Amino acid sequence: MGAIQIEHYLMLSAVLFTLGVLGVLLRRNAILVFMSVELMLNAANLALVAFARHWGQSDGHVFVFFVVTVAAAEVAVGLALLVTIFRTRQSINIDELRMMEG
Amino acid sequence: MGAWAAIDLADVNLAAALPALSLAFGACLLLVVDLLLPAARKHWTAGLALAGLAVSFGLTLWQGRVVEELAFFSLYRADGFGALLNLVILGAAALIILMSVDYLQRTGIAAGEYYVLLLFSVSGMLFLTAANDITVLFVGIVLLSIPLPILAAFRWPQDAKSQESGVKYLILSAFSTAFLVFGLVFLYGGTGETNLAAIYAQVNERMAAEDGSSLFYVALGTALALVGLGFKVTIVPFHMYAPDVYEGAPTPVTAFLSVVVKVGAFAALLRILREAVPHLVLGGGSGAASWQLALWLLAAATLILGNTVAIAQRNIKRMLAYSSIAHAGYILMAVAALGGVGVVLRGGDRVLLSDAAMQAALVYLAAYAFSTLGAFAIVMAVERADGGGLELADYAGLARSRPLHAALMAVFMLSLTGIPLTSGFLGKWLVFQVTIEAGLWPLAIIGVLTSVVSAYFYVRVIVQMYLREAPETGESEATPGATALLDGAAYVGLAGTLIVGILPTTLTGLLPPLATLAGL
Repeated sequence: MGAIQIEHYLMLSAVLFTLGVLGVLLRRNAILVFMSVELMLNAANLALVAFARHWGQSDGHVFVFFVVTVAAAEVAVGLALLVTIFRTRQSINIDELRMMEG
Repeated sequence: MGAWAAIDLADVNLAAALPALSLAFGACLLLVVDLLLPAARKHWTAGLALAGLAVSFGLTLWQGRVVEELAFFSLYRADGFGALLNLVILGAAALIILMSVDYLQRTGIAAGEYYVLLLFSVSGMLFLTAANDITVLFVGIVLLSIPLPILAAFRWPQDAKSQESGVKYLILSAFSTAFLVFGLVFLYGGTGETNLAAIYAQVNERMAAEDGSSLFYVALGTALALVGLGFKVTIVPFHMYAPDVYEGAPTPVTAFLSVVVKVGAFAALLRILREAVPHLVLGGGSGAASWQLALWLLAAATLILGNTVAIAQRNIKRMLAYSSIAHAGYILMAVAALGGVGVVLRGGDRVLLSDAAMQAALVYLAAYAFSTLGAFAIVMAVERADGGGLELADYAGLARSRPLHAALMAVFMLSLTGIPLTSGFLGKWLVFQVTIEAGLWPLAIIGVLTSVVSAYFYVRVIVQMYLREAPETGESEATPGATALLDGAAYVGLAGTLIVGILPTTLTGLLPPLATLAGL
């Protein structure tokens, strides 16, 4: 058994990303959908840090800060909209969002 | 970056980034100014937002002669490609603000934040068109997207559809951003660089060295970024949210989503494909880029689905949503041709096929912007304050009750079909030409056939307006939609559609000094 290589981090990152994608596609609760998106973004962060270590430079680390900031901004807008949805419908099930079909 | 050194102002080069910086600062300032304005003068915010766009437009024109300049340690690149797209984006955004003023007042949702959010989104696009680094590209696309769900939900609580549209856009936008980030991470991982030009150099080096794992990461990154941006530019199969979002959002926001946002997202796509991986060929060789096949298939699917499903639509906003999906397909044809290699003749000069494809894509975007914005202006003029007046049946007899609007709408529909003497024809001509020159014959044939299909649903609007009588039941509700500002926006759309259509060199003549000299 050798040392932990970059491939191992990438595999874990790919698994987390896939779990996030499945969560977005399969979950019906909007909050859980958002958590799944966060999982996808954090999978990207893990890969970024692993690559930054692999290349021995800080560019990847800097990128992580941007991703974290953006995730926070997205959640701020997202939760605000979900609160309004809950006020009008008393539910945040995304399957019930079907006023427009065609 | 090396050892610590004092920051050299020449590397920051603020002057080169002025168009984007001025707009971003202007938007922040407007947020505060709007707070200080008395409630009766909130419409001043719209005027100030227009002034902000005009300043940025002027700065871009002033820079137009600049061939290429880097700013912020080469994170930001001011060049002809960016300048041209900036002009399209800023002009289209200004038209949308003109259309919004009346619409917001009429539907009772007038608020200064609307214009501020619009400006934030536009400033994100200006950073995007000048992105020279995947970090900037990412921040630009996020700045572009985050205000959009709020704008889409702006008619809440008057209209529950608007709220639903906002939530749907929010989820899809976050989902697609995650794909884009993951893709950019692998572009970085495969090359160890974040600068687009440096990624390009590394990719070439690794192709020569036949470094399989690096190229695999780069190819995976490109594919994931294509998926992420595919949602924004509504490529089939990533388009499914678009009809619902476009139908539910307030109409000026729908116009913004289907024109301005699309131009911004295409700018990001073109930047990545044109500058980071233009010659990425997996498995060795020096032919067309490997991503060409993927884009070919996506373009074909987008053209076929967009144009055929539009036929079944009865709601004009939904129809224009599918129309905008279809037009993304035509632009994708040019993007697919971008991956080809070779030289073509343009006006007696030999230019690279990829330059010609780039030019076709840019002209198509500008031509599409004029006609679609004009069409949306008429849709707003016909729409009633209660949200009615959006069905195709509501256009019956429009030629009698409002001959001017009917005539304008007819021109825009003909331009979207691609009839000669309109801007839509010029765009399609250039796109088909470059697709054939790239050797993508089947795709060009699909493009021509789907154009014929599209005539069916565009001409149907004209038939409704001119050949059908308005239903007699009840006096048709007088709509206050036909105000001077809205008409003005429609006339600008008409002027653009006809001038570009009749004198194509007005637009293509701009391109050599702006786009091709920029080393694109």
